[in-house]
Amino acid sequence: MLKDITLGQYFPGESVVHRLDPRTKLLFLIVYIVALFTASSWISYGVVFLFLATAIAISRIPLKSIVRGMKPLMMILIFTAILNLFFTGGDTVLAKFWVITITKEGLFRAIFMVLRILLLITCTFLLTYTTSPISLTDGLESLLSPLKKIRVPVHELAMMMCIALRFVPTLIEETDKIMCAQKARGADFESGNIFHRVKALVPILVPLFISSFRRADELATAMECRCYHGGEGRTKMKLLRYKRRDYLAFLAAILLLTGVIVLVNFGL
Amino acid sequence: MAVALSVEHLAYRYPGVEEKPDVVVFEDLNLTVEEGSFVAVLGGNGCGKSTLAKHFNSILLPSGGKVYVCGLDTADEEKLISIRRRVGMVFQNPDNQIVANVVEEDVAFGPENLGVASPMIRKRVDEALQQVGMFEYRKHAPHLLSGGQKQRVAIAGVIAMEPKCIILDEPTAMLDPRGRQEVMETVLRLNKEKGITVVLITHHMDEAAQAQRVIVLHKGKVTADGTPAEVFSQVEKLHEIGLAAPETVELCWELNKQGFDLPLGQLTPEQCAKTIFESL
Repeated sequence: MLKDITLGQYFPGESVVHRLDPRTKLLFLIVYIVALFTASSWISYGVVFLFLATAIAISRIPLKSIVRGMKPLMMILIFTAILNLFFTGGDTVLAKFWVITITKEGLFRAIFMVLRILLLITCTFLLTYTTSPISLTDGLESLLSPLKKIRVPVHELAMMMCIALRFVPTLIEETDKIMCAQKARGADFESGNIFHRVKALVPILVPLFISSFRRADELATAMECRCYHGGEGRTKMKLLRYKRRDYLAFLAAILLLTGVIVLVNFGL
Repeated sequence: MAVALSVEHLAYRYPGVEEKPDVVVFEDLNLTVEEGSFVAVLGGNGCGKSTLAKHFNSILLPSGGKVYVCGLDTADEEKLISIRRRVGMVFQNPDNQIVANVVEEDVAFGPENLGVASPMIRKRVDEALQQVGMFEYRKHAPHLLSGGQKQRVAIAGVIAMEPKCIILDEPTAMLDPRGRQEVMETVLRLNKEKGITVVLITHHMDEAAQAQRVIVLHKGKVTADGTPAEVFSQVEKLHEIGLAAPETVELCWELNKQGFDLPLGQLTPEQCAKTIFESL
């Protein structure tokens, strides 16, 4: 059951999208989100959608995996749709029963909100699917490095993220082991009401925490042994360098944003 | 021959917790390890093996006496980085010493910390991975590797820093027999081909038998020191401190009790069989 967690899942590949600099992809995502939130009409949404569809086609990420990633978000989507549908005021009433009124404005608002969330999540999926976690943290570190001047511990944050990602599978494996060990001692995780089940998790969490602290201690010693002394004077094996494809991607992102702004201003 | 590691009158005590007295590990330990040698350190639980290992890398500092690494005093804080780049450490649990989630990125961690230029790191990483036979796995995620492979990645991470000396603190304790063999072969090859000084802390007698020199620690003191054949022939002494000799030596020793007169320095099954055969 724990094996299904797809945190920061990455599909290795050789497409142009995969080979883009992680910084480009992050900036691209920001511009895309701004464009998405500026869009307010069918045509502007259509432009954003076409844009995203092209990017997915270039990346050769199978649509199936994107759809699968969406499944856990179904509840949020339905919830958003219902809220917007029932609680948006408007003039053109489409249906009315009991205390609930559905208006034309509400219907459109619900559709747009769901579309917005879908387009937003799909693009972030595209980012995590095509970028390895380590280059993602590298990209973040490099993008945020100006913040070092105001004493934001950028390197430390990136290092923490990298280690956290590294230990996700290790800790999942360990949780599985502890669960088996507790089951062998007669622990029951499957029956009872929600409170019983939460209570049953305590004998898993306690050993997991203790062993995590021990791991952290050993890892810190091992890192010190390998001369880790913070970000100062540290070099990188893989240097990030903008190439022509990165500039092209920037150009595309700016075109998208200006396009959407122009469309919205003309009321389309 | 030049001295790689030297321990002079080392004293060390773990501070006691809440009114409990300090735990004295060493009172007056003296030891030297020559450059390019392969030394195994043996001892029962709590004899100070791991504590000694941590002194070679300034993880622990002596309460008294001195520890020198290639002539550098480990208590000198300014030389900390120079000491640690000369002495690499490999620990027992391979999971808890791998930092990155791609093999080659992890191997690059050490050289990156040392501020080596990027193209040079690439070269060092590739060479280190080739030396431990893990080059094909350079793009893999560490958690998908076997224990022996993970430990070899950890060793590659250490040799990418180009150390003079590697300290291995029970590197095979959590591995299956195959993983143990992989690690031992790698370590022996590094010692022979690259002339790296190796200190192997272990409780497997057959691993210690492959070293050039065996040091037995007991209650913070050196109780035996010499070639494997010399050390392991002192069977009674080893039994006294709760250790066993390799099975081949134990066999000859048991036979001697029954009236045979076999020499006790036979470390491989072939040698042992030959000795027994000749005495019949």
